[in-house]
Amino acid sequence: MSPLLIALQALLSHWRRHRLQFFSIFTGLWLATALWTGVQALNSQARADYARASAVLAGPAQAQLVARSGERFDQSLYLQLRKLGWQLSPVLEGRLRFAGEQPLTVRLIGIEPLSLPAAMTVAGTSLQGFDLQAFIGMPGQAWVGPDTLRQLGVDATGRATSSDGQVLPPLVVQPQLAPGVIVVDIGHAQALLHAPGQLSRLLVGDEARPLPAAFAERLTLHAPSDDGDLQRLTDSFHLNLTALGLLAFVVGLFIAHAAIGLALEQRRGLIRNLRACGISLNTLLIALVLELGVFAVLGGLAGVASGYGLAALLLPDVAASLRGLYGAQVAGQLNLPAWWWLAGVVVSVFGALLAGVSSVLRAARLPLLALAQPQAWRLAQGPWLRRQALAAGLLLAVALGCWQWGNSLASALLLLATLLLAAALLLPALLDGALAWLARLCRGPLAQWFVADSRQQLPALSLALMALLLALAASVGVGSMTEGFRKTFSAWLDQRLSADLYLTPQDTTQALQITDWLARQPAVTTLLPSWRAEIRLQQWPVQVQGIIDHPAYPARWPLLEQRPQAWAQLASGRAVMLSEQLARRLGVQVGAPLQLPNQAMTVVGIYADYGNPKGHLLVNADWLRGHLPEAKLSTISLNLAPEGIAPLKADLQQRFALDDSRVVEQASLKRWSTEIFSRTFAATTALNSLTLGVAGVALFISLLTLSQSRLGQLAPLWALGVRRTQLVWLSLGQTLMLSSLTVLLAIPLGLLLAWCLVAVVNVQAFGWRLPLHVFAAQLLQLALLGLLTSLLASAWPLWQLARRQPSALLRQFADEG
Amino acid sequence: MKGNRCLLIGLLLLAGCDQPAPTPKSFAGLGQDATAFSQVTRAHSLVFPLDHAAHNGFRIEWWYVTANLKDNQGRDWGAQWTLFRSALRPGPETTGWNSPNLWMGHAALTGPGGHQSSETLARGGIGQAGVEATPFRAWINDWSLQGSNDLARLQMTANGKGFNYTLNLVSTGPLVLHGTQGYSEKSGKGQASYYYSQPFYRVSGEVERDGQRLAVTGSAWLDREWSSQPLASGQSGWDWFSLHLDSGAKLMLFRVRETQGTPYRAGTWISAEGRAQALQGEQIQLQELAWSKQENGREVPTRWRVQVPAHDVDVQVDALEPNAWMSTRFPYWEGPVHFSGSVSGKGYLEMTGY
Repeated sequence: MSPLLIALQALLSHWRRHRLQFFSIFTGLWLATALWTGVQALNSQARADYARASAVLAGPAQAQLVARSGERFDQSLYLQLRKLGWQLSPVLEGRLRFAGEQPLTVRLIGIEPLSLPAAMTVAGTSLQGFDLQAFIGMPGQAWVGPDTLRQLGVDATGRATSSDGQVLPPLVVQPQLAPGVIVVDIGHAQALLHAPGQLSRLLVGDEARPLPAAFAERLTLHAPSDDGDLQRLTDSFHLNLTALGLLAFVVGLFIAHAAIGLALEQRRGLIRNLRACGISLNTLLIALVLELGVFAVLGGLAGVASGYGLAALLLPDVAASLRGLYGAQVAGQLNLPAWWWLAGVVVSVFGALLAGVSSVLRAARLPLLALAQPQAWRLAQGPWLRRQALAAGLLLAVALGCWQWGNSLASALLLLATLLLAAALLLPALLDGALAWLARLCRGPLAQWFVADSRQQLPALSLALMALLLALAASVGVGSMTEGFRKTFSAWLDQRLSADLYLTPQDTTQALQITDWLARQPAVTTLLPSWRAEIRLQQWPVQVQGIIDHPAYPARWPLLEQRPQAWAQLASGRAVMLSEQLARRLGVQVGAPLQLPNQAMTVVGIYADYGNPKGHLLVNADWLRGHLPEAKLSTISLNLAPEGIAPLKADLQQRFALDDSRVVEQASLKRWSTEIFSRTFAATTALNSLTLGVAGVALFISLLTLSQSRLGQLAPLWALGVRRTQLVWLSLGQTLMLSSLTVLLAIPLGLLLAWCLVAVVNVQAFGWRLPLHVFAAQLLQLALLGLLTSLLASAWPLWQLARRQPSALLRQFADEG
Repeated sequence: MKGNRCLLIGLLLLAGCDQPAPTPKSFAGLGQDATAFSQVTRAHSLVFPLDHAAHNGFRIEWWYVTANLKDNQGRDWGAQWTLFRSALRPGPETTGWNSPNLWMGHAALTGPGGHQSSETLARGGIGQAGVEATPFRAWINDWSLQGSNDLARLQMTANGKGFNYTLNLVSTGPLVLHGTQGYSEKSGKGQASYYYSQPFYRVSGEVERDGQRLAVTGSAWLDREWSSQPLASGQSGWDWFSLHLDSGAKLMLFRVRETQGTPYRAGTWISAEGRAQALQGEQIQLQELAWSKQENGREVPTRWRVQVPAHDVDVQVDALEPNAWMSTRFPYWEGPVHFSGSVSGKGYLEMTGY
């Protein structure tokens, strides 16, 4: 047998006797990989779906012609341009609604496959790859993604019927197609969308050239791809998830690190014997690394499998919040490529190396003879503690720098990370200091032993306590932020959603008819039509809303900052109000000038616009219609006596053929909005609780491992006459003292974290700043949870201690002899 | 004869290339209602100018012009202009995108230094392509063939990447009906089409290649054909000749190759005055003499021996440009030829299924 095999066999035999340690290392790597890969699965699924959504019609960078008015245009323009030799392919897009238990709105895309540019693919299928005759013929085909098919509640052989009674062509599942999209032939699209002879845009197949003047009046050439918006808008959401996943990963590695360190310490004797038998240091180190590799692969496989499960569990919530927040369609089911699984295992191997490398290095550096001395490990810990404190200081300096000069989400997250890590690294030193101070207060021998022994346990427990600190602080921080957000948001929503009915007419013509009709209804007390247009300010998509001059606005549109007479100035058409996130992005403040496409305006107010990924701009309706002719009358909100709501709604629906999705009552709109926001944080909260759970596991495992080596310290006390039950209580007291001190530190750290989240991270990620709320009850709850976790973690080892036979304690002395 | 071009459209729809002729069943379900399309019958007589327009109700139809040209430096050129109509289902034309008709245009310019081809597609029902009889106008996107109701005067224009042409056609003879009064058989198994030609065009106009415009003159040949029947199974492709003899006579010959057995051959001898005489298979001998490798790697015969002893024709036919490959969705070979032997002249050759 080769020396390597002998060394491996000897090293691995350790685990047969210490199954628990094996389990701890495995658990650490498993949990770290699971949480990290789970978050990555969510992110990559969402990103893949964005890519699929923007690649429904994919090809080489595609310029397109759209109407200047932003609305649809007559297909005669298409025919005329084709006659002039333009290579174009028409597209009609619209929203198709489906009634049902879960009302569904999908993006219907009508394409014309014959004229599609040759290099273009539709949902990943090239023109050569599909049955043209079946697609454009009768009854044609409606392409759906698997996810949309499920949502439609129709099996693949059935026909779907839209809410206005139109029967879709037979559904054909295209696995590549983005969720929430249906692709049909343009002829079918015109029928389904009630838009005969109408087109939305023209894809330009060859090099773009200047439009003839007669066309330039009506059409405009859009440069290739504005589709990156979704990716950009959702970046912050995914970065937040990633940060949380990373935190969980780090906590998991703490567990593995602690267990690996202990396992090595327990095998000092074994290592000495092996070295004495002539196994070279290199062979030994290779064996240790190989052993680590086995752990990594095992933990990685388990972790990737549970990460997948975790992601599958959280995906519906994540998908719902992405849909609600950004209008991004994400499939409710995971569909991950093979490399994802491999990447998970690689992460685990990386994690194992990270967790184990310091132990292996320390084993390599310790002198051969010192290995046999029980105190060698502890001695090495001394300078280690000092180095940790030094690293913490450096990290704090980085955090300070990030806070002072950082101006991006990445720097905000770095601030969080450095703050957390610094606090974790400082923890052993702080606890040591606190215990040293306590030791000076203690008088009795048992009390002195109590504190001194706690200090002695500290190095072994410090990693578990760090994990607890991190998890608790994160819980406090995230909890304060979500609660604070919920409070701010619902108050804001109550004020903003104060109309009784909200209408979304089909188009401006219908909207004007409805407004006229409503104006003649005596029951209606307030009637607020609002116009809307989309523009870009400094490349950022901005919604411009035009409102009429009405006394209702000052009451229902809360402003964060304003100039005197703000509303009157807005009505004059020379001033605008901005959403907080837009103001931040443009770097303007109240009173500053703002250049709009056709006129310079003054900013007179800034308001909160939570949850809107785009910028929002408030202007006078008449000004908007005069300066941006493409503006549409998009929503009408109205107030009336409560008893009049239901009859008016029914009347409106019947008279103007509006379905439920177009006439919405305040209550359901509010419910819908709140639901989205609670789901937005559902994934955050779930990951957060999991992290706390992981910290609990870390503590449990550390205590369990420690308890096995504690007999050496406890046996002399027992021999001196301390009863076993008393010993158990003393041990429990030690654990609780250490964890209480940790919890005490975690709370201010958590509040600091919460402040970072609302005042730094949120501002960078979403553009809004929230007031910092401190929820005492929540803090107390978390503190108790932290103590409970440590109590539970110490219960099992202590129970075992209590059941120890005196003979076991006696044997300690026998061993020493 | 270009009867097998229904195969061409069929294959376009099936998105397959260079495959053996599909059986009627493989027309994506079209086989079942093939009988619902209008049928070609022997006793039918053609009516002009009505029959110059589209025949909705028939499955497949084309307007096909080939021109042999010379520029003022004496160099030979060839131009092709084709419009195909293919119906997805029987029935009249309807307004809107759900029209049963699909349209496909092919254009090519062959000359010193090479062959360029182009393809354009359009949907029926929206005015993007179509054919009207009075005044005669056939168009697809920015290509067109239009002129007098009797087709005596036409203007033909088309373009592609790096080329375009505008040619004026004036006929010097009558329309010619092939087969039996325009009823042209395509196999021994009953496949047939309506088929007439105008082979007597004098041409003048301009061709432009890579930005260089050239004045050209020459002769042209127009083919009109429509049918509803796909090919018989086992027919793998065809070779078709349209020849302008220096004597003023015209000769149309074709052969449909069978995967097994002897090819089906037929043709029409057209005297300089325009009198047509159908040729039977045994009157025609076609023999490949030399092959050229095309851009898709296939070997295609570009030198032939053509014999019609009844009319003292024994000539060697050579392609002007051996690589006149049409890189369209369904690729085939089509290009100008010249011939000499017992008689000499110019013409066009089309070969599919290689």
